[in-house]
Amino acid sequence: MEAIFSIELGLLIVALALHVVVGRGTFAVIVGFVAYGLVLSLAWMGLSAPDVALTEAALGGGVTGTLLLRAHARLRGPKGEQQPVGVFGRAAALLLCGGVSACLIIVVLTLPAPAPTLAPEALTDLAATGLGNAVTAVLMVYRALDTLLEKVVLLLALIAVWSLAADRNWGDRPVFESGRGTDGPLIFLARALIPLGVMVGIYLFWVGADDPGSAFAGGAMISAMGLLGFFAGVCAVPRVSGAWLRIALVFGIAVFLVIGLVGLAAGSGFLTYPSNFAKPVIVLIEVAMTLSIGVTLAMLVVGPPAEPSQS
Amino acid sequence: MKPGLRALWETVDSMRDFFFGAAAVLLALVAIGLFRILAGPRNADRMMAAQLLGSGGIAVLLLAAGGGLPGAADVALTLALLASFVTVAFVQCGASRPTAGNEPESEE
Amino acid sequence: MSAALNVFSVAAISFGAFFFLAGTIGLLRFPDTLTRLHALTKADNLGLGLIMLGLLPHVTWPFGALKFLAVWVLAMVASAGASQLVARAVRNKR
Repeated sequence: MEAIFSIELGLLIVALALHVVVGRGTFAVIVGFVAYGLVLSLAWMGLSAPDVALTEAALGGGVTGTLLLRAHARLRGPKGEQQPVGVFGRAAALLLCGGVSACLIIVVLTLPAPAPTLAPEALTDLAATGLGNAVTAVLMVYRALDTLLEKVVLLLALIAVWSLAADRNWGDRPVFESGRGTDGPLIFLARALIPLGVMVGIYLFWVGADDPGSAFAGGAMISAMGLLGFFAGVCAVPRVSGAWLRIALVFGIAVFLVIGLVGLAAGSGFLTYPSNFAKPVIVLIEVAMTLSIGVTLAMLVVGPPAEPSQS
Repeated sequence: MKPGLRALWETVDSMRDFFFGAAAVLLALVAIGLFRILAGPRNADRMMAAQLLGSGGIAVLLLAAGGGLPGAADVALTLALLASFVTVAFVQCGASRPTAGNEPESEE
Repeated sequence: MSAALNVFSVAAISFGAFFFLAGTIGLLRFPDTLTRLHALTKADNLGLGLIMLGLLPHVTWPFGALKFLAVWVLAMVASAGASQLVARAVRNKR
């Protein structure tokens, strides 16, 4: 039975990927891509990777889809015409995607069996970290430096997006076409879902200590709820120069860095945690990270600041 | 029962197998519906894709949770919220706004 | 698990799958965007509810069952609002 399910899933993923590549109509293709992300999250569940499935659903489905949709709407001309991609653009895309796929296929096919893995070592030291979820332990303990750097990269991406604004608009509010406050169902959805969604986001990061979940999935969920608020017009998009916004953006990295430096000052090295106190420290970092990730992702989708009359 | 169906039924030796079988059926239905939706003549048709994947995906995940897969119920919870958020995004960003005269189309 | 509960689960899940099938057939055969939306939202959500009902004997009680119920209620509320939005998008284009 499981084999049938897996085969179906694989076929569906390939079919959706083909649709994304050769389908006509950009909107249809974007919808297909979002569907692809959601189905991929099911595939991750089938591979017993619920942490990845959570992040894939939240990011690949929700946030990336919204990003693509808004980019598509921005690139449309006033009458809805689409600037066609030239031959060189298509050739470059084909080469890049084909090359990456070929490398992945070669690597996967030439892996020795059994494939090399550090999973047993990761599990043996799990008790010392105080965590029950090995994935969280890898993210926050064994490879904490990678996680810190990823957050910095995320912030840099946001700064890059902001740098697209015209000089005179620096510090303004990003433009986000939202409901006019009269859209009943949308406001109902916003009021019903946003509090629940934020709670689920917090739950996802909190439960990640011992069960599947992570700060990133929780933060992505919170950012999706923030974007829902922007869509419905129940939350105003903050000014890019706002103090609270900027504090929220750097909060996660700051807490992470401070704790890392405390470890350095205590003599045991950068980003080492105290032996009997590891879990509370990790949870503290994750709280800060969830908030920052939520705000950063939402502001990434919202885009650079601009005057309302510009498109 | 026909012999083939009876043979299939005999392979179901636990509830878990039944759950996976039901999940396989649901996934096939979702796939068929998805491609019908993606082919739909208008953008409004395609906006339903998130709904379909939402309810279908949640059903599959709940079946997996019943079969004992850890974390499936949490992913189902996430999917419930995200499917409707994605529908909102589709509706807001996909519906073309009518342009008035020569004013350039405002931010979607 | 007692046999009676298993029979109940099998019956409920089968009915749920049947409603999913009905919804998909409606999606394929209905002539109009709005009718297709109706088939999708109503039938699929009913199927989801029945499947959730059928799975209740197989989850940890009470919190597992509560989580399942929460997922279902959330799916209902969310799809109610979302389908209204899609219907409005269809109507505005006419």
